[in-house]
Amino acid sequence: MLNISGIHEGFVLDHIQAGMSMRIYHDLKLDRLDCTVAIIKNAKSNKMGKKDIIKVECPVDALDLDILGFIDHRITVNVIKDDVIVEKKILHLPKEVHNVITCKNPRCITSIEQELEQIFVLTDEKHEVYRCKYCETKYKN
Amino acid sequence: MRHLMSPLDLSVEELDELLKLAGDIEKHPEKYAHACEGKKLATCFYEPSTRTRLSFEAAMLNLGGSVLGFHSADSSSAAKGESVSDTIRVISCYADICAIRHPKEGAALVASQKSGIPVINAGDGGHQHPTQTLTDLLTIYNLKGRCDHLKIGLCGDLKFGRTVHSLINALIRYPGIEFVLVSPEELRVPSYIRTDVLEANDIPFCEMEKLEDAIGDLDILYMTRVQRERFFNEEDYVRMKDFYILDNKKMALAKEDMLVLHPLPRVNEIAIEVDDDPRAVYFKQAQYGVYVRMALILTLLGIKVDS
Repeated sequence: MLNISGIHEGFVLDHIQAGMSMRIYHDLKLDRLDCTVAIIKNAKSNKMGKKDIIKVECPVDALDLDILGFIDHRITVNVIKDDVIVEKKILHLPKEVHNVITCKNPRCITSIEQELEQIFVLTDEKHEVYRCKYCETKYKN
Repeated sequence: MRHLMSPLDLSVEELDELLKLAGDIEKHPEKYAHACEGKKLATCFYEPSTRTRLSFEAAMLNLGGSVLGFHSADSSSAAKGESVSDTIRVISCYADICAIRHPKEGAALVASQKSGIPVINAGDGGHQHPTQTLTDLLTIYNLKGRCDHLKIGLCGDLKFGRTVHSLINALIRYPGIEFVLVSPEELRVPSYIRTDVLEANDIPFCEMEKLEDAIGDLDILYMTRVQRERFFNEEDYVRMKDFYILDNKKMALAKEDMLVLHPLPRVNEIAIEVDDDPRAVYFKQAQYGVYVRMALILTLLGIKVDS
């Protein structure tokens, strides 16, 4: 059994789909934070079989929940203060995501004007459909 | 400030107002002859388009305004690498309203975000062409007296034809609309139109391959051209291009008051002999395109003409 010590202040991202932790690490720009980050891959989970967990020891406002909600709104976010969980944040699909994903449509204006912000808009919450704000092309993983 | 990016930017009520205004312009053109005196329309066309550009320019000239602009990316600062955002900021200093056509999808939206003047999307790649849809709606409204309770046949390239997709999206907002989608297997409407638009809104529709089987029941037949530029190989284009040819023999199967529309230019899909049939209204449709653009310019500039 691998043991990772608890954290004093920060957050624990739990119930990450197995294999997704490195993407989240990069998308949340955790590599740029000067703090302790623990990535646990393929942890046993009753609910999911296997899951990833990320523990980050840093002020909680450093986390962009919109990006996390877009990546997977089923992730559990536990906020830790003074060694205890003080809050479990519920993630939602953000209405818009900025500069997280890029439009792959070669006919989109963003393909030739690189300084434009990459903006995707939630157009169908039920089916979790995001479309490019400019050309309305559906985002596919 | 209002812009027009998609036909759906206008509510059904606003659309009705616009169509009524266009109808009044048709009946009393003299009333509007000086409505835009001192105003300038910039036509920023990054790709060639004779029909749409001239229609916009005719519309502004009919309103007593003037026009300026460029007709291809080569003759604009885009050739020097200027962004759409920068170009529109500069154009905003020269003109009061702008119509923009660009080969890239979403370019008009980018322009509208930085513009100091109303922007009209005059076509952004295969994405939107709202003034064509307004033209189609005005033609239907004026010649049928309504946009509701109609059986509409869409025939030809239903896969790549943006005018078809736009028209479907605009018409489903009216009650009693039914579609007959006539196309070869390879050029059927994209699945998102079928599921996200038609099925999601409970719009009755059927898909057919033979125009002869469909034409007898229709109130409107909207013909489209198979566009060479949409095909990756010439062989497929050649096989598809003459799949449908509307001629007098097929017109004989249609109702006496059915109307034939076409966004033009046509190639072979409507035989020349059909032009003399009173139900062929595609050239009238081009005239309506000027009226609806006049109405749109007045609306976006907030100019009211007393009756």
